[in-house]
Amino acid sequence: MAEKTVRIPVLPKAATGAVALLIATRKGGFVLRSDPARRRWRTVGPMFFGHIVHHMVLDPRPKARRAATLLAATSTGHLGPTLCRSIDFGRTWKEAAKPPAFPKAPEGQKGRAVGHTFWLTPGHASEPGVWYAGTSPQGLFRSEDDGETWSPVSGFNDHPMYGQWTGGEQDGTPDGPKLHSINVDPRDPQHLYVALSSGGVFESIDRGASWTPLNSGVLADFRPDKYPEFGQDAHCVRLHPLAPDILYQQNHCGIYRLERPKRHWVRIGRSMPKQIGDIGFPIVLHPRDPATVWVFPMDGTSVWPRTSPGGKPAAYVSRDSGKTWRRQDAGLPRSQGWFTVKRQAMSVDSHQPVGVYFGTTSGEVWASRNEGSKWACIARHLPEIYAVEAVRFVS
Amino acid sequence: MKVLIPAPLRSYTTDRNAVEAQGATLAEVLADLDRRYPGIRFRMIDEQDAIRRHMRIWVNREEVRTLEVPIAASDEVIIIQALTGG
Repeated sequence: MAEKTVRIPVLPKAATGAVALLIATRKGGFVLRSDPARRRWRTVGPMFFGHIVHHMVLDPRPKARRAATLLAATSTGHLGPTLCRSIDFGRTWKEAAKPPAFPKAPEGQKGRAVGHTFWLTPGHASEPGVWYAGTSPQGLFRSEDDGETWSPVSGFNDHPMYGQWTGGEQDGTPDGPKLHSINVDPRDPQHLYVALSSGGVFESIDRGASWTPLNSGVLADFRPDKYPEFGQDAHCVRLHPLAPDILYQQNHCGIYRLERPKRHWVRIGRSMPKQIGDIGFPIVLHPRDPATVWVFPMDGTSVWPRTSPGGKPAAYVSRDSGKTWRRQDAGLPRSQGWFTVKRQAMSVDSHQPVGVYFGTTSGEVWASRNEGSKWACIARHLPEIYAVEAVRFVS
Repeated sequence: MKVLIPAPLRSYTTDRNAVEAQGATLAEVLADLDRRYPGIRFRMIDEQDAIRRHMRIWVNREEVRTLEVPIAASDEVIIIQALTGG
């Protein structure tokens, strides 16, 4: 593993200009385009109308002669999963020649089949064309040709502990257990983190050939052993791109922070207001300040309604690495707002001040162009929103 | 032989609801279909060669459950998608 540092290198310039939000929904994909001031938004779409779009991700790595590759993981309620590529920002799409799929099992053995590709992550900046995908059931896949063909990462998928790490179907989310939150260390392409829902967080320092659980300190209150080595339900894990030793995790059982090389997560959600709690799905990081983090709490009591606590939706921001939290609800419904924001459905841009965005399962997109101080609804009546990714608009 | 294609898969067959494919077994017919219309097979058959949950395949008037079914040139293969859910 490359030598680590927590010192932030030269701070990148804040982005300017129009922002695009890549919106993945249960019935298709949409793009919301802003004006340069991020005040006015226009909805374009649907793409893949009627198809489930699980995640749309634009390659942030610069390309010399053409637009960056945009990948979309799609399926339908009935057809098998696939993955599509666009090199003109979604105007045209081409299906991957070999989407993520597990190997065929030997005769007489039960094999796994990808239900859908859930998560997409571009590879390291030094490896153009490399992408990672996380699937349901839990599988890690890698492409080395810009998403055209995908191969299983056998070091994870065939690990002798795979069955124990991932549990069974009953240990996953209602629409299947998932591998998500694939984070690539920007200093070292061999250093990877993934998260399982359920299963917890796992780390590899050899490009996925071997893996170790990384869950010390993380509660699993649904098990008799409350702090197991693995088996936690990680909802979303983000590594800070400028301070890659700092990871944040929104878990089924709280909000956590980890500073490497330590291996013990600290529950920073304990400082959230008691009546709100620290359960939720998404967590997003300020692109230039590793101490600033946003979450969108949900009701995780009784039968887990997974909606805004008390019907009063709010984001919470911490600007001191989770020591204190501030409620951000200006512009959001004051009551009867039963939002559910899924783990991929919150995102930030790179402007100054940072724009924060989230999509709801009831098809609304909310935006704040001042780091959560004030929110505005910029789209409504869309299908159930699964994922939101803020990117620089490419005309 | 003739293969009938359901509406959700016609984006692969330039909207044609019936196409030609060849093979001595259903597995071979589907492999040929995939050569002609790349990607179509994986949408209905998973990587373990199982017919996906909501896909139904008939050879003439008989529903088949595996791919190792002999097919004659005069047979008709009917692919149907069972719609459920919202």
